[in-house]
Amino acid sequence: MPARPSPRSRARPSRPRAASPGSNGGRRVYMVTGGVTKFAKAHPSMDFRLMVKRAYDYAARGVPNLTKDRIDGTRISYFSDHFSRQLKAASMVQDYLGLNPKGSVRIEWGGATGGECFQAAYEAVASGRMDVCLAAGYETMSRVATWKGNEFIALASDTNFDFPLGGFYTGYYALMVIRHIYEYLRKSKFAHVRDEREAQRLAIAEGQRIMSWVSVKNHRNALHNPYAQYPKRLSVEDVLRSEMISYPLTREQICTMSDGAAVVLLCDESRAKEFTDRPVRITGVGCGTDTMRLADRPFGKVPLFPHEKASDYANLDYPGVHSFRAGRAAGLEAYRMAGITDPKGELDFIELHDAYASSEIQTYEDLGLCRYGEGYDFTLSGAPFLKGFDYGLDVPRAGEIPVNPSGGLIACGHPVGATGLMQAVFAFWQLQGTVKQHFGDGKLQIANARRGAIHSHAGTGSAVTVSILERGF
Amino acid sequence: MAPPKAFGKFREVQEELGRSGAAIFRDANGVESLVIRFPYSIDYIHSYAEDSPFFLGLAEGKLLGSKCTDRACGFRYATPRSHCMVCGTATAWFELPLKGRLHSWTTCHFGSEAFLKETPYNLALVEFEGVDSVLLVRLKDCVESEIYVGMPVVARFSDRPKFLVTDLWFVPDRR
Repeated sequence: MPARPSPRSRARPSRPRAASPGSNGGRRVYMVTGGVTKFAKAHPSMDFRLMVKRAYDYAARGVPNLTKDRIDGTRISYFSDHFSRQLKAASMVQDYLGLNPKGSVRIEWGGATGGECFQAAYEAVASGRMDVCLAAGYETMSRVATWKGNEFIALASDTNFDFPLGGFYTGYYALMVIRHIYEYLRKSKFAHVRDEREAQRLAIAEGQRIMSWVSVKNHRNALHNPYAQYPKRLSVEDVLRSEMISYPLTREQICTMSDGAAVVLLCDESRAKEFTDRPVRITGVGCGTDTMRLADRPFGKVPLFPHEKASDYANLDYPGVHSFRAGRAAGLEAYRMAGITDPKGELDFIELHDAYASSEIQTYEDLGLCRYGEGYDFTLSGAPFLKGFDYGLDVPRAGEIPVNPSGGLIACGHPVGATGLMQAVFAFWQLQGTVKQHFGDGKLQIANARRGAIHSHAGTGSAVTVSILERGF
Repeated sequence: MAPPKAFGKFREVQEELGRSGAAIFRDANGVESLVIRFPYSIDYIHSYAEDSPFFLGLAEGKLLGSKCTDRACGFRYATPRSHCMVCGTATAWFELPLKGRLHSWTTCHFGSEAFLKETPYNLALVEFEGVDSVLLVRLKDCVESEIYVGMPVVARFSDRPKFLVTDLWFVPDRR
């Protein structure tokens, strides 16, 4: 058995931030329109400016009363100057859209760049600084070969201690899920197996099988999303048989680098009602962080949701590398602001950052859809699947809390600066009830969806945002 | 015609423009784009600064962690940092044991471009008795099927140091 961390370190609590008075005090903020380009492996005929313009023009059609002079300013997101080979590229987006001399700033926060951009625009309106704020994001990742792109992404890990070992994000997530499987499958379902190696091997095989369910779900959902890049019907065996990238993660369990752009328009209450009769209100925003290096993640206590007790986790060292403390912190903040105490019961769907099938399961637990340790069984229950869909799997609780009805990052792709905003657009259409109008296929429309969450996640969980969107009409 | 490798993810080359390295691409809508190659490389001058003793230590076969000098805190880091992240006090260097156990691991069958030629390679997080955090390393001399969480491992050092974290690796402690 592995050495236990010392009792002293385990006693160190990792507390959620206290609610500050007035954390809900800003002005009401609404989303009134959004647009997305189809994400693609490469868009050689569009540079980042034109991609954003296309998404912007699409969004503008949703708000015919909007004239450019009504936009007070922008927040523009892209992750990597390496991919762009153009520093200060956000300035070029601003001027291509013809929005000078309005105020603007570029937002970057790793994989959570899009989610942070959404919240930055929210803050501009909530604070009263702007009445109408455009959030726009993009990434052009096709301009370098895939493995060079992996190198650029891995430069978002510590370049002294982590990058020179292999510089590979899939490797980092594989390290995390091996420990997650050890904590939650080896120690429970396979506790009876005496031989340690054998027990872990069986647990990993079971974990791989269950992660494949997530891949099957997200690819299958995407068959009805024309914006998705990889819609397909897969079996668990197909997913397991796909190329091994970093044990135990296979290719079909991993999102791909892409080109794409997304925009959303946020405004205050009176403008919202002027621009659309179907606005969506942002009722909660949350953000959390964790150490850049996995190796530094402490062994403390779990910050609890109302449905959890400290005794549930008496023997759990948290977060270690198996869970995302930043995701838990972001969820706590956003739910508190939105007045949510039972996320599974009070949310109608979640678009979450499934860069890896493993991190989707880990995130179910971080966001309180189930307790820590229950993510695998929660997946097998079918709760995050859509009701009435044929996945080729037995999903008795399908429809309970659909996760990634759009197909998520795994099926849509992950052009980093656009991804978190894409989630906002898909969530917006769900809450407006306009999925059919935008997808040309209403199959993914969740009936009477009133409240949803979007979740954006930066490298190894070093930063996570959660935003709550609610029907505002 | 298959696209030349150097154009990576770009497909449907219509025409390469002589020996310029450029090409015209035409998309499904007939839109033509001129595509060029733009190499750039950087000789980056990187200082390990306050982390320097760790890397100098590897060259001498020493594995240095750091511990908080505040008595009430005393947090011990396997991946050193010069100030304690718990209480902010300066830390002091100490020698880590050369033996530990695997906290987690993976085998990378791919990697970023700089490391592709080394695949497959194993990454591992190592825990040390009495130390509060762990250390990310390469794990060598073993294959995927042998490795497990809790496996005893022992440090090895390069006798030709390059002053990179890869001057250190771990192997199974089979004794």
